[in-house]
Amino acid sequence: MKDAWIIVFKRDLLLAFRRRSDLATTLFFFIIVSSLFPLGIGPEVAVLSSIAPGVLWVAALLAGMISLSRLFAADFSDGSLEQMLIAPQPLALLVLAKISAHWIVCGLPVVLLAPLIGLQYSLPNDALVVLVLSLLLGTPALSLIGAIGAALTLGVRGSGLLVALLVLPLYIPVLIFGAGAVAASQHDMSAQAHLSLLAACSLLSLVLAPLATAAALRISAE
Amino acid sequence: MLIARNLTCLRGDRLLFKKIGLELSAGGLMYVLGENGSGKSSLLRLLCGLLSPEDGEVFWNGKSIKNDAENYQSNLTYIGHLNGLKDDLTALENLQFSARLAANVVNDAVVLSALTAIGVARCANLPVGVLSQGQKRRVALARLWLSSSQLWILDEPFAALDTASVAILAEQLNQHMAKGGMAIITTHQDVDIQAQSIQNLRLSA
Repeated sequence: MKDAWIIVFKRDLLLAFRRRSDLATTLFFFIIVSSLFPLGIGPEVAVLSSIAPGVLWVAALLAGMISLSRLFAADFSDGSLEQMLIAPQPLALLVLAKISAHWIVCGLPVVLLAPLIGLQYSLPNDALVVLVLSLLLGTPALSLIGAIGAALTLGVRGSGLLVALLVLPLYIPVLIFGAGAVAASQHDMSAQAHLSLLAACSLLSLVLAPLATAAALRISAE
Repeated sequence: MLIARNLTCLRGDRLLFKKIGLELSAGGLMYVLGENGSGKSSLLRLLCGLLSPEDGEVFWNGKSIKNDAENYQSNLTYIGHLNGLKDDLTALENLQFSARLAANVVNDAVVLSALTAIGVARCANLPVGVLSQGQKRRVALARLWLSSSQLWILDEPFAALDTASVAILAEQLNQHMAKGGMAIITTHQDVDIQAQSIQNLRLSA
């Protein structure tokens, strides 16, 4: 059973590697959006550092979302999804493998780049650490929840917008706790409560999202 | 043994067919015939469990395929009209993946011999995206040489193939039937396949 996870995970990473430009789109979006704010607002340290948590988190969230509609679309149109649906493997596990690969490709680079981007907002060091931690704990939830939306809108025209409408409301708790964690550390408070809640969001969606996504895929593929 | 009872298929608000029953036992071959749009592909997808029927049920060895999905699926190889190949992966990688997904452990030599059998060995290390339609189809069909499942459900397997490949594929089907396999096929071509029992299922539009 673990094998099934590994083979799909490896295949999706290989595919992402062969299509590096797709990966670059997500990352470039994150860098551009989060760099436009300091340019537009001006170099005032107090303003920048107070908007930083929210802006960086929203940018990370949107960057993850623009790649969501691609999560199952290619597999759907070339028939690989059909083969996965009738494979003698638990579908939720295959789905989890796809989501994990999506996070490695679209989530992890954002987490790793965040401290660099955070410097533009003159965030202090300990806030940068909390920013990375909060993204590390929160972005898996974004990929997991987003997968449900991507599966539900599979094959629907204009699915990009529909995914946003479905998924963004569900992202709100993650955004609040994520930005809250960074803001708390800026004000010399402990970010632990926020980080714990973020981890809870991720764990909860880790359990529920693959099952929901699998069910949604079965419906969409009919 | 595959049994379907009372299958009714509704697509949107259009009734494709109703109350279709079929029975297929070891060594049995079934041709599904009908005009374009008569619901042949839908029937095959229904039998695979990709579509759920409006009414009726499919049984594999006496158990409903809904309740015993994993056991049924490990005995099933389905090749639909979509090839299920990734354009960015090579033919070898694609086949390795689909074999492993079906829980068959195969090495590169076995995959290569499957590709050789259907005459696309020289495409083994090319990305599938650069192959022609017929070559892609042949790479997809090479899965039949790697499959150990008893039931093959093939949607238009002979379409887009040249005459030589049609003969090769027919021979592979012959061997499958001789080993006690089962196959359900839609086709518009006259292909000679030997089997213990041959049935025709005609769908009317």
